[in-house]
Amino acid sequence: MIRKATTHVNQNEGLIFERSQPGRIGYCIPSLDVDEVPIESLLDGALLRDDLPGLPEVSEVDVVRHFTRISTWNFAVDYGMYPLGSCTMKYNPKLNERVSRFEGFAASHPYLPDALAQGNLEVLATLEKCLAEITGLPGVSLQPAAGAQGEMTGLMVIRKRLEARGDARRRVLIPDSAHGTNPASAAICGYEVQTLKSNSQGGIDLDNLRTVVDDGAAALMLTNPSTLGMFEENIEEVCRILHAAGGFVYMDGANMNALVGVTRPGDMGVDVLHLNLHKTFSTPHGGGGPGAGPVAVSEELTPYLPYPRIVAESDPSGRTKWKLDYNLPDSIGRVRAYHGNYSVLVRALCYIYALGPEGLREATETAVLNANYIAHHLKSDYEIAFDGKAMHEVIFSDKRQSKFGVHTLDIGKRLIDYGFHPMTIYFPLVVPGAMMIEPTESEGREELDQFIYAMKAIAREAEENPELVKRAPHSTRIGRLDEAAAARKPVLRWKPVRTAAKG
Amino acid sequence: MRYIPNSALERADMLREMGRESIDELFRGIPANLRLRTPLNLPPAFSEPDALRYFRDLASRNSTRTTGRRSAMFLGAGAYDHFIPTIIDTLISRSEFYTSYTPYQPEISQGTLQAIFEYQTMICELTGMDVANASLYDGSTGTAEAVLMAERVTGRSRVAVAGNLHPEYRQVVDTYIKNAGIQADTIPYCAESGTILPEAVKIGSDVGAVIVQSPNFFGGVEDLQKLADAVHSAGALLVVVVAEAMSLGLLKAPGAAGADIVCGEAQSFGIPLSYGGSYCGFFACREKFQRQIPGRLVGQAIDAQGRTGFVLTLATREQHIRREKATSNICTNQGLYALMATIYLSTMGRRGVREAAVQNLQKSHYAAARIGALPGYKLRFTAPFFNEFTLTCPRPAQEVITALLDDSIVPGVAIERFYPEMPDELLVAVTETNTKAEIDSLIGALKRIGR
Repeated sequence: MIRKATTHVNQNEGLIFERSQPGRIGYCIPSLDVDEVPIESLLDGALLRDDLPGLPEVSEVDVVRHFTRISTWNFAVDYGMYPLGSCTMKYNPKLNERVSRFEGFAASHPYLPDALAQGNLEVLATLEKCLAEITGLPGVSLQPAAGAQGEMTGLMVIRKRLEARGDARRRVLIPDSAHGTNPASAAICGYEVQTLKSNSQGGIDLDNLRTVVDDGAAALMLTNPSTLGMFEENIEEVCRILHAAGGFVYMDGANMNALVGVTRPGDMGVDVLHLNLHKTFSTPHGGGGPGAGPVAVSEELTPYLPYPRIVAESDPSGRTKWKLDYNLPDSIGRVRAYHGNYSVLVRALCYIYALGPEGLREATETAVLNANYIAHHLKSDYEIAFDGKAMHEVIFSDKRQSKFGVHTLDIGKRLIDYGFHPMTIYFPLVVPGAMMIEPTESEGREELDQFIYAMKAIAREAEENPELVKRAPHSTRIGRLDEAAAARKPVLRWKPVRTAAKG
Repeated sequence: MRYIPNSALERADMLREMGRESIDELFRGIPANLRLRTPLNLPPAFSEPDALRYFRDLASRNSTRTTGRRSAMFLGAGAYDHFIPTIIDTLISRSEFYTSYTPYQPEISQGTLQAIFEYQTMICELTGMDVANASLYDGSTGTAEAVLMAERVTGRSRVAVAGNLHPEYRQVVDTYIKNAGIQADTIPYCAESGTILPEAVKIGSDVGAVIVQSPNFFGGVEDLQKLADAVHSAGALLVVVVAEAMSLGLLKAPGAAGADIVCGEAQSFGIPLSYGGSYCGFFACREKFQRQIPGRLVGQAIDAQGRTGFVLTLATREQHIRREKATSNICTNQGLYALMATIYLSTMGRRGVREAAVQNLQKSHYAAARIGALPGYKLRFTAPFFNEFTLTCPRPAQEVITALLDDSIVPGVAIERFYPEMPDELLVAVTETNTKAEIDSLIGALKRIGR
């Protein structure tokens, strides 16, 4: 058993509000350099707060200590393997971080006249071009702020196109293995969701598809490789079925990191695709955002993308001038203010340029190799869901361990004691007790071997000492939290403790 | 490739161990006719120095206060240049914060979870609301989510949107509701004051919410109290949008004025301008609506030994559980950027936020009073303002901007793009980062070209 961490100063940090002491100061801004006028002469007293906002009063040292200490309670990619299937926790290159912070990018205002933002516009135009080449789809919008927003944008583009054809449709088809965002995004676009059952191999059942695709089906939303980590072998036939009925194929690009440089969705017949730059293109997850979810579409759908779009003009000397074009009458409109999550977009372009075509393919190949290596070594200890077809991620279940009362949640929590983040658990829903493991290309062989060792050790513990696994983790600052109680009586903010009146 | 630890040799070894001949075997699930035969048509890999040079050159082709043309900027309109304490970047650059995932596993995500809990508390304090979520993409999408939430809460499918809401926010709202069966009407702003007058709020019983921005797009501060009374008497919700969060340090909290939902943009709290993103949308509401709120929420919880920690909670509202019946399709928050705002608000604290807000107020009024007195110029609207005002120029605003390029001054945003009826109007923002010398140079330049 791994010994519990010893108590350390870092383990005992309260809330920032609890550090507050009247009179402490953490900031220094220049004194006002214009003549001061009484505030009441500028704003009616009724418009003003009558108190100071309830923020803490702390020094700069307090702030640095506080956030540094609580940061140590997080696991992070820079600590070690983060095998979250579908989340693609690959290494976040430090070069990208540095570049995105260049003053010319970071301090530039979104309403700079185009002439003063030529660098930004070129970054955007160049990234669009790269993503079009990688996906094989010519029209790219960088505006969506995240994958889920990309899904919504892509479906709206399809809907707008159908309406332009005078053919508004009602349904979107979504396999039961899809991410929850797919049906939620379809609902925002006003579509009914029809769930498709996966076949025994976790793929699309073509016969079933032929029966459900009719002139009411706007699109099929297909994750490829699927959330089961497998390539949809019949993708071309799937696209043909949809197209023959006048529908579209939306590909969820959450798993595009298994395909970059190897194959292109546009060549398969896919009409719309979103990319998660925070997965495939290495931008940091940031503890839950920001991401970016660009959308790539076929030529037919390009006029419907969000406005503005970046266009090139030649000035009299023949030099390229970039400008923003707002005059797009067929556009679905805007999905986000300004130009999308620009700071994320800069990082993604830096990643693509640092890898180049060979590096991008090498990353894809290594990610698939690493996942298959894990599959190869763990299938003797865990029940593998679909043998021999895994691409960048592999799915096991807790079928064998359940016999000893040890379940997927317990196995995930026990991994923490071995120094790993848990894998994705209980997803996809179609595999009961799913454990979805995605090592990414960022793990070296010894890290993979350590992970395999840990998983094998847990399988043994499940048999010999199930209680040890069921009570895990044993090495963290807190144990498993009572989430049900937290949801029953939610405490969603801190409140000052009222001290009893004296006397 | 330096980001990939395993060498070609090790990879070959691993393949052998697995009994595989080649990497290609692992891709046999992809039909052969779909596999690329040639490398992608992209530039060859850049070395690290090459990449730095390439991006530095691009960055230098943008103008900011310190790069490119090194201009004095008076640009606002929902994105503001405020002082950013150094420690924010130091702290968010910790790998534990920026290379971690959404905190699904609370035992090893307490840093992120506690920071979000602190963020939620601070947003509640600033807005005067009971509950704040863990953040949304930005102010514009937050406003769209508020409209969708108001429909869920009231069951009414119309909303009335102030005509002086940030035009890009309005565009996003229109995109989101187009297919959701919600209709948005526009409340005209008063031609004189630029604000929404309570008597203009004429709403029927099918209107679920009134969406008002304060300070509004023209910079004017709305009388939220009076609007709240008018809206509530019609049985609708008041949604207050705050695109300039710095104003919350000085102006009455929207919650104290009667708002039911408050959403907006937290960029002013320590987040770089970055050409419009990433930013951080905040979203807060009354406690009675908390189960209808979109996005992530962090709550307090205890473990078996009674130790306090934090956890994502009320997840039954969300897409990964509810799928098409979720309150939103949003999958995450703006974690790192909510953290930036939390660090900013901790560092500035209750005094600093107010001091910065007061400086914004003072400097913008210093500028407005002097520019408004120049021949040919006048303030377009009469309403009180915070740090931004609409200026009528003696010639088209676009011409003014072009004329001042040589002085390395960007005087504001020409609002004709959004309001064609105002070709001569310029939206001027003055923050604590604009020095008196910069403001005086703006006054001088406007005077010169006004003649």
